Amino acid sequence: MSQLFDPLPLPKRIFNAALSAIAFSLAALALVPLFAMLWSIFTKGMPHLTGDVFTQLPAPAGMKDIVNGFANAVIGTLLMVAIGSGISLPLGILTAIFLSEFGKKTAFAEVMRFLISILSAAPSIVVGVFAYGVIVLPLKGFSAFAGGFALSIIMLPIVSLATEEALKLVPNSQRLASAALGAGLARTTSRVVLARAFPSILTTALLAIARAAGETAPLIFTALFSQNWLESVMGPSASLSVLIFNYANSPFIEQNNLAWAAAVILVGMVLFTNLLSRFVIRKRLQAW
Amino acid sequence: MSMSLSPQQSSVRSTSLEESLTPVLRVRDLSCFYGRTKALEAVSMEIYEGKVTAIIGPSGCGKSTFLKTLNRIGEMESNLRIQGKIELFGKDIYDRKVNLNLVRRLVGMIFQQPNPFAMSIFDNVVYGVRAFSRPRESELNRIVETSLKSAALWDEVKDNLDGSGLDLSGGQQQRLCIARALAVSPKVLLMDEPCSALDPIATMKIESLIRELQKKLTIVIVTHNMQQAARVSDYTAFFSADENRIGQLVEFDQTAQMFMEASQQNTRDYVAGRFG
Repeated sequence: MSQLFDPLPLPKRIFNAALSAIAFSLAALALVPLFAMLWSIFTKGMPHLTGDVFTQLPAPAGMKDIVNGFANAVIGTLLMVAIGSGISLPLGILTAIFLSEFGKKTAFAEVMRFLISILSAAPSIVVGVFAYGVIVLPLKGFSAFAGGFALSIIMLPIVSLATEEALKLVPNSQRLASAALGAGLARTTSRVVLARAFPSILTTALLAIARAAGETAPLIFTALFSQNWLESVMGPSASLSVLIFNYANSPFIEQNNLAWAAAVILVGMVLFTNLLSRFVIRKRLQAW
Repeated sequence: MSMSLSPQQSSVRSTSLEESLTPVLRVRDLSCFYGRTKALEAVSMEIYEGKVTAIIGPSGCGKSTFLKTLNRIGEMESNLRIQGKIELFGKDIYDRKVNLNLVRRLVGMIFQQPNPFAMSIFDNVVYGVRAFSRPRESELNRIVETSLKSAALWDEVKDNLDGSGLDLSGGQQQRLCIARALAVSPKVLLMDEPCSALDPIATMKIESLIRELQKKLTIVIVTHNMQQAARVSDYTAFFSADENRIGQLVEFDQTAQMFMEASQQNTRDYVAGRFG
């Protein structure tokens, strides 16, 4: 069978090489925006990233040569993401458990699934206005809590839809094995299905957190912004994303610089969370 | 409908034997439906206590469907619906008020593919026990040891009870599933082609295990392998599908009788390997 080793005809080889080259360069092109963004953020932000940014408050506009930072914004972002997670993770995961293990293909579950996917498509600015209407107006004040609530609405559909997918990936043979031993649906769900889907649910949670950390629009109407330390969960709060929004188009160069530094931190946090979720799922899968 | 397959013609003999047989499960006029498609028609038979009953038949004859009605697991897997009656110790298991978890505890099941949980060997074995009681640690240890011994797995895993059940070989996984099922002390064990995913040596181990387990419980085994049915069973039920693909029980008798001189031509052809 000497034909096995015959080279392909020249036109075919040229065609192959050309297609490979096109595919490769298009893939590289798709990565250009990502690296361009990271590059510009890091080159412009890193020079202004000092230890002070984590410990000091933002300096008053126009003041030069005094310590400048956004410690309050870091705290605000962490706190509001924590509040958002505290509301959306339990709700979203329970919703997913209902849809995947109990509701399944019933009409009620199907309607719910549809509504959640609509919610996931809701523009974040609308979510912000909604939180303003139901939390800020009745309580007569902007607050970190309202910001966290708005973020939870952003996170909820992400968590519940992705968790449902994670639960569906658990092989049905595991549910049957559990039922055949006389275990009820509740036990099967908690001990077998959730245990098996745990790494993917964790990944889902981390991705939702990463998404919420970068949200700006829901916070503008709810947590507003603050130049000072956070006094109470029910008071307005600074956040990295709103700080970037406010300071990026400020006329003061110090504030522009601070916005770049904040961008480095925010991108770093999001990147770290994403990497963590990758790492977590790898680790868990190896353990199996 | 071919004449030899019609229920009226089928020979389901009531065996007259010197030993008295106690039926554990009594199936009366059972028909099964997937949605609106009929899969099994008018099956009546009894599963005798302490016996191994093999269910044989060509693919698509409804033997697996039949098995899965006996512990009501089939309805969990798909839209399976039944007509007729199945009694466990004289009680209708399809009664609306029946305790499903208890039915499934009394009638355990081994699946075609070994399906241990992603837990330690120890936790796999006690999973079912913990579902309905909170025994002390010493009691759990005892259950794990006796179950694994009964499943002929103890010697291979006794030093590694904390190891994952998924790290075992296929045959060991299947024996782990058997140990797990035995841990809840079932009265009946249903086995759905338990060796079809295993190599010949692992199959041999499971077969000798079946003979051993028979001393303590009743076994129903679905198998594709006629030699296996001949080797391990006391009674054999032959199922076959008619031209409308509706499964039926063609013949039910003592295994020796079925393989030596079955009353139906259809059964004789099947056990001789002429079709299926």
